[in-house]
Amino acid sequence: MNIISLISTVLAGIFFFIIYFRLFNFILDYIIKYKIISHRYENSIRSIIFIAPAFLVLFTFILFPVFETIRLSFYDKFGREFIGFENYLWAIKDNEFRRSILNNLGWLLIVPTLSTFFGLVIANLTDRIWWGTIAKSIIFMPMAISFVGAGVIWKFIYDYRGIDDQQIGLLNAIVVSFGLEPQAWLTIPIWNNLFLMAIMIWIQTGLALVIFSAALRGIPKETLEAARIDGASEFRIFWSIIIPFLEQTILVIWTIITILVLKVFDIIYAMTNGQWQTEVLANLMYDWMFRGGGDSGRGSVLAFCIMIGVIPILAWNLYRHRNEQST
Amino acid sequence: MKIKFNISSILAQLLLLSFVIVWIAPTFGLFISSFRDKDKLAISGWWTSLTTVQVNEIYRTKGKEGQVQEGNYFIIRDNFFNDAKGKKVINFGVTSKKINEFIVGNTAILKDKSEIKVFENGDYEWKSKKEFTKKKGRRVFVTASSPPSFTFENYKEVLFKEGLGQAFLNTIVVALPSTLIPLTICSFFAYALAWMKFFGRDILLASIIASLVVPLQMSLIPILTIYNDFGALFGVAAKSFPGIWMAHTGFGLASTTFLLWNFLKSLPNEMMEAAKVDGATHYDVFTKIVLPLSIPAFASIFILQFLWVWNDLLVGLVFLDKHPSEIILTAKLKELLGSRGENWEILTTGAFISMTVPLFIFFSLQRYFIRGLVAGSVKG
Repeated sequence: MNIISLISTVLAGIFFFIIYFRLFNFILDYIIKYKIISHRYENSIRSIIFIAPAFLVLFTFILFPVFETIRLSFYDKFGREFIGFENYLWAIKDNEFRRSILNNLGWLLIVPTLSTFFGLVIANLTDRIWWGTIAKSIIFMPMAISFVGAGVIWKFIYDYRGIDDQQIGLLNAIVVSFGLEPQAWLTIPIWNNLFLMAIMIWIQTGLALVIFSAALRGIPKETLEAARIDGASEFRIFWSIIIPFLEQTILVIWTIITILVLKVFDIIYAMTNGQWQTEVLANLMYDWMFRGGGDSGRGSVLAFCIMIGVIPILAWNLYRHRNEQST
Repeated sequence: MKIKFNISSILAQLLLLSFVIVWIAPTFGLFISSFRDKDKLAISGWWTSLTTVQVNEIYRTKGKEGQVQEGNYFIIRDNFFNDAKGKKVINFGVTSKKINEFIVGNTAILKDKSEIKVFENGDYEWKSKKEFTKKKGRRVFVTASSPPSFTFENYKEVLFKEGLGQAFLNTIVVALPSTLIPLTICSFFAYALAWMKFFGRDILLASIIASLVVPLQMSLIPILTIYNDFGALFGVAAKSFPGIWMAHTGFGLASTTFLLWNFLKSLPNEMMEAAKVDGATHYDVFTKIVLPLSIPAFASIFILQFLWVWNDLLVGLVFLDKHPSEIILTAKLKELLGSRGENWEILTTGAFISMTVPLFIFFSLQRYFIRGLVAGSVKG
C-alpha cells in the first residue's frame, strides 16, 4: 500500500464514526422538528443512537466470544462435534498443561507481591527525598515500554558467552567479576522462570509506585506529625499508620497486577517461547490456536482456565459496584 | 527544599539510588549499545564503551599490489584504522606469541629482513630491499587505546534494510484509529450511561464492569473464526487494518468506557439541567458542554489506549499478517529475536526504535499518563 492510500484508510476509519453520530443525530433532530414521529420518543431513539456502535462492538468482541469460547471447549478441534469433557480430560493429563499451571501459580505468587512491595517501599522513599520526583520518573519509565521491547532489553542482560570469551551480558559480567562461572540463565529450568518474572516486576513496580504515591498524599499530615511528636519511629509509622491507610490501595494494585500476570504472554513468547519449562497458560493457548492447523477445543479450554482465575476478581468488582450504586 | 543530613536520610537516599540504578541500567545499556559499532558490540560489554579502553586487534597489511619503489626499497604504506577516529596505537607485535613486543614508533625486523614500523595514528610502513611477492599482506597485532565512539550505522541498517521503517509506519496505521475509534464511540456510550435514562442501563453498566477483567484470550478463537468466515463470505482478506482496528476497539472498549463514565458522571448536574431547560438536545449538551470539559480526561485515556495498542503483540499476531506490508513493530522485533538472535546491533537498535514513540509520549505527557492510570486504578 502506498502512503496516500494508507493515510486515507486511517482517516476513513477515524471519521466513519464521527460522521455516523453527526448524521443520525441530525436526522433525528429533523424528524422531531417536522413532527414525523412524536416528541415522546426522542430520548429513547437518541439513546439508541448513542449506544448502538459501542454495544455492537462490546457484544461482538467480548460478550458473545466469552460464551462461544465456553461452548467451543466442549467441541472437537474444528468446533463441529460435541465431545463433552474430553478436552478437559486431555488438559489434566497433559504435561505441558500441568507445567503451565504450576508456572502460572508461581507468577501469580511472586510478581504481584514483589511489585507491590517494591512500589510501596520506593513510594515512601521518594516521598521524603528531594530528588524523589526524578527517581519516580525513572522507575516508572518501563511502564511505557512494550513487553517485547523489555524482552530484548533483558535478553541482552542475560546474554551468555562461553567461559573463555568476554561476557557482553551485564548479569554474566557481574557474575564473572566475582570469580564465578557464567551461566546461560534462560535455559536453567525452574530458575529461568524467576529471570522472566524479574522483567514483569521491573515493569509493574512503576505502576504500583505511582498509585501508592498518589494515595500517600491522602494521608493527613496531622496524623503523621502527631505520631512523630509522640516519638514513633519511621518504621513504626510505616507499619501502624501508612500500611493500614493504604490497605484498599494495596488490594487494588494487587488485583490489577494479578489480572495482568494471568494473561502474561509477550514476555515468554519473545524470550523463550515456552522452552526450558517456562510455558504458561496464555502461551500454550496461543500455541494450540495454530498447532497442527489449530485446535479450537483445546485452545478454548486453556482460555477458560485463565478466565477462571479472574472470576473471583470479577465478582468482587461487581459486588463493590452494586454497593456504590445503592449508596 | 531543605536537605537533612542524618544517617537515616542518607541510608534512604542510598537505597533509592540503588533502586534507580537497577531500574535504569537495562534501558541505558540498550540505548548505548544501539549506537555502538557492531563488531565492538559483539566482543565487549556496553559499559566498556563509555571510557577509553585498551583493545587488542589484529590487522593485515596490504599485499604486493600496494607497494611502491623508493630508491633501493620497496615500501607498503597505509593506515590500519581507516574508519575509527581517535584511536592510538600503544604497542604492536608481529607474532601471535608476542603481540606487544614493540613500542609504537619502533621498528620490527622480520625474518626476511624486511622492516615494519607502526605509528601512533595507525600509519604503518613496511619496507624491504626485495620486491614483495605475496598477494596477502602480513598480520600485525596492535594494542591500541580506543576512545568512546558512536555511530548511526545500526539505525540506517535496521530502518531501511531490515524493514523496521515499514513496520513503524504500519504500527502508526494500526495505533491511531485503534485509539480514536474507541474514544469516539465510548464517549457517546459513557455519556448515555451517565446522563440518559433508558431501559437496561444498569445491566449494561454491570457488563462493562465485568468486561474490564475478562482476559483477551477468551475472545481470540471466536473472533478469529468470525473474521475468517467474514473474509471467505465477502472474498476479502480476513486479516486487515480495519479488522485489527475493530479488534482493538473491542478489547479497549470496557476500560475506555469505564474511565469516561467515571469522569462524566462527576460533572455537575445543574449544568446539564440548565442546558436542558434552554431546549438543548443530548447531542448539543454532549458536543458543546461536555466535550470541551473532558479534554484532560480524553488526553489521559488517549495516552493509555495508544500505548496499549502500540505495545501490543498478541492482537497484532492474531489479526494481522506477518507480511512486511502489515507487520507491526512488536511482531517484527519478535521475528528479529528469532532470526537475528546473535546480532545485538540489530536487536538493540530495533528495540530502541520501537520504544521511541512511547518514550516520547511518556516524557512529554507523563502527567496525563499517570492521571489516567491512577483514575483507572481507583476502581477497576
